[in-house]
Amino acid sequence: MHLRAKRLYKLALSPVLLLLSFLSTGAWAEEAQRWQMNMSPGVTEVGAEIYGLHMIVFWICVVIGIVTFGAMFYSVFAHRKSKGVKPATFHESTAIEIAWTVVPFIILIVMAFPATTTLLKVYDFEDSDLDILVTGYQWKWKYEYIDEAGDNVVFFSNLRTGKTEIYNEDDKGEHYLLEVDEPLVLPVNKKVRFLVTANDVIHAWWVPALAVKKDAIPGFINEAWSRPLETGVYRGQCAELCGRDHGYMPIVVNVVEEDEYNAWLADKKSKAAEIKALMDKQFTLDEQMAAGKPVYDQYCAACHGLNGEGGVGKAIAGSPIATGEMAKHLDVSINGVPGSAMQAFGAQLNDVDMAAVVTYQRNAFGNNMGDIVQPIDVYNFKQGQ
Amino acid sequence: MGAHGPATTGLMRWVTTTNHKDIGTMYLWFSFAMFIMGGAFAMIIRAELFQPGLQIVEPEFFNQMTTMHGLVMVFGAIMPSFVGLANWLIPMMIGAPDMALPRMNNLSFWILPPTFLLLASTLFMEGGAPNFGWTFYAPLSTTYAPDTVTFFIFGVHLMGLSSIMGSINIIATVVNLRAPGMTYMKMPMFVWTWLITAFLLVAVMPVLAGAVTMMLMDVHFGTSFFSAAGGGDPVLFQHIFWFFGHPEVYIIILPAFGVVSQIIPTFARKPLFGYDSMVYATASIAFLSFIVWAHHMYTVGMPIAGELFFMYATMLIAVPTGVKVFNWITTMWQGAMTFETPMLFCIGFVFLFTVGGFTGVMLSLAPVDFQYHDSYFVVAHFHYVMVAGAVFSMSAAVYYWLPKWCGRMYNENMGKAHFWISFIGFNLTFFPQHFLGLAGMPRRIPDYALQFTDFNTMSSIGAFIYGASQILFLFNVVRTITSGEKTSEEKTWEGAEGLEWTVATPAPYHTFSTPPEVK
Ligand code: HEM
Ligand SMILES: [Cu+2]
Repeated sequence: MHLRAKRLYKLALSPVLLLLSFLSTGAWAEEAQRWQMNMSPGVTEVGAEIYGLHMIVFWICVVIGIVTFGAMFYSVFAHRKSKGVKPATFHESTAIEIAWTVVPFIILIVMAFPATTTLLKVYDFEDSDLDILVTGYQWKWKYEYIDEAGDNVVFFSNLRTGKTEIYNEDDKGEHYLLEVDEPLVLPVNKKVRFLVTANDVIHAWWVPALAVKKDAIPGFINEAWSRPLETGVYRGQCAELCGRDHGYMPIVVNVVEEDEYNAWLADKKSKAAEIKALMDKQFTLDEQMAAGKPVYDQYCAACHGLNGEGGVGKAIAGSPIATGEMAKHLDVSINGVPGSAMQAFGAQLNDVDMAAVVTYQRNAFGNNMGDIVQPIDVYNFKQGQ
Repeated sequence: MGAHGPATTGLMRWVTTTNHKDIGTMYLWFSFAMFIMGGAFAMIIRAELFQPGLQIVEPEFFNQMTTMHGLVMVFGAIMPSFVGLANWLIPMMIGAPDMALPRMNNLSFWILPPTFLLLASTLFMEGGAPNFGWTFYAPLSTTYAPDTVTFFIFGVHLMGLSSIMGSINIIATVVNLRAPGMTYMKMPMFVWTWLITAFLLVAVMPVLAGAVTMMLMDVHFGTSFFSAAGGGDPVLFQHIFWFFGHPEVYIIILPAFGVVSQIIPTFARKPLFGYDSMVYATASIAFLSFIVWAHHMYTVGMPIAGELFFMYATMLIAVPTGVKVFNWITTMWQGAMTFETPMLFCIGFVFLFTVGGFTGVMLSLAPVDFQYHDSYFVVAHFHYVMVAGAVFSMSAAVYYWLPKWCGRMYNENMGKAHFWISFIGFNLTFFPQHFLGLAGMPRRIPDYALQFTDFNTMSSIGAFIYGASQILFLFNVVRTITSGEKTSEEKTWEGAEGLEWTVATPAPYHTFSTPPEVK
């Protein structure tokens, strides 16, 4: 309540505050962001061009508006009965009517030229330095860096803001709703081509500063591109209604210097290689339990409860699936249960983590099945499908 | 009452009536009820968006609210309100005794209340109401929808049926029942715009019916029209939807153009400027509306040739629309204006609709639309055309013709207050949404990042003001009907022209048993 009152008060004072912040440069940046009224040119050449076009059209509209509304308000003030005006009787004029058909037409042609050239640039997908496959899921993004040698780097990017912030139990962080667990990382000054698709429903990948918005449509692959010219963190959101958590599907792009990017990519690759190496390893039950717990806490606990007691999802403790046949348990974990809140985790978790978490579920919370799932079992299960 | 009143009384009068005035009245009250219901949904949306975080509703319910709000406003409030106006006015304006197909008229109205009752009842069903937006894009609305999608499909079919019957009736009436001497080029603008609208409706409602039928097949009978996994195409859905949907927005706005073209000359005491070019402009807009549908889909990944075609065609619409705006303003030019409530709403209309038209031109440019699309900029744009366009002109129409309908005058001060409060509330609601969209806030989200807070709060406050002003309107109208001051003169308005002003006040139950002669 206190907060709200403070905001209302600020709202009333907003014009003053805005003026003041012009003068005191320190708070300016933050305050300006709160009161951002216009599109930003972003950090790409195409974005700047789009911004320019937007401003041209805006000013053309302002001028036309001043002329037409000027005429209207002039007659509202001058041509009123209370001033004793006798109404004129004219009701057509071919010349005038032709003029105001032709003049707007010419203005439109003037606008069409820059619009066309910019559009052609937006559509120029040739000669990219880097290709990234972006896949929309309900409600997260998957990024796949396409490598000619077939050594692709793949990861998911989830909303990081916690439920307590969303439900107003905690203070909201600076980047409330616009923060993810793993951002997309791009090298500066490189032409990046995005191949955009979706796994379930239509989403749209939108990062204003990179001047990209493209629908992600299941069964189709769309193209888009961007060449960010400045390093920095750029944020965006899903822009197509995609179900319950449509508002919770942020995009964060980290544009870095090229060597930083290369180091990041190498690190990702070596982590992937480590996991691959673990594929053939036989783990003990203790090892799997220890590895499975953090995975469970991160991915499963929100629905199944920290102690397996259930919640949105069914209880794991004593569950017929977790204490039944292993193949069925793997099936549910990897493929999800269509039409329910249980997602398909097969693509999100690697085989090592999947093996660990399934083992954990089968042995924690008093389930005590005693069996161990090995990464190779997960791999084989996926292959066998 | 005898031959001059309804044949039956009580409830059965309204159930069985075939009189155009009764049916018009029912349409108008029904649409107002829907306006209040759709408005209540909007208030829930705005209350949730008052500040960041979730405080009132869950995201799932929020999506049901946006869907029901859009559906109810478009199909329940705006469209039926203009059909009601057409029923009341077209026979009176063209000197006809009634609509051409009175029994069908009764049916096309009575389909609506049960349909919307059904749609509203989905809110209480398991799985909740439709939650996929009023544009119901597949596969969200097919593969991932709640079970109530089946009722939604049924409802859309019924609404379509009602609209088609209503339009056929209007076409038949205008074509066949004009008074002797009333050539097409002498018809009042309102009749013209409705004639063209009716043709649009007959052309596109079957397309919508086709879309929902294909959905029904996908949901229940295992086809894959819109599912890529089965060889179908989700983008096909959008093409079909917008082939209906774009003309639909002109179906909403053309009758509003008609209303404004009737009212401005009255209060400017000067004939409508450029009647002929108004007719041609209306027809061109209707024609163009069929070839621009894909401007709602610039981001789906069309080939560049398609993108360019739709961009150029869309930009063209600005020309006839501009002609209309310039003609209205020239009608005011050198008139002898007075500013009674209907005129205030019409001037508000011209001003705000033109602002919506400007953002329309901006949106038409494909490369820039990549940034505007599905952001709050679009929400601002379409409310400037739909609320300041359709709803403002409807308010103007009610104030303008109510004295003729019931023989009583509304309270002018209250009418003016209604105008000013809704004008301020409306702008406070929707103007900041332009900024939100440009700064990057997507539409249809229940919660937002912190930098969008202040403009959202402003927008919510404006929305509550706008909503409250409608209660004033309701009060004024009810008070007029029950106890307004009697108007005895035939013409309420000094400058009013047209056959509807030649009949007695209040308009008798049966007008024009002998057709008037038009010179
Ligand atoms: C005070 C009046 C109104 C308020 C405050 C209001 C508010 C809203 C809001 C907040 C949305 C959701 C935007 C989004 O997140 O996408 C919306 C959507 C919409 N509104 Fe309104 N609205 C009002 C009146 C109207 C009227 C009179 C109409 C009818 C012409 C209308 C038609 C629509 C449509 C078609 C949508 C799109 C629904 C969808 O996204 O599926 N609104 N409105
Ligand atoms: Cu999405």
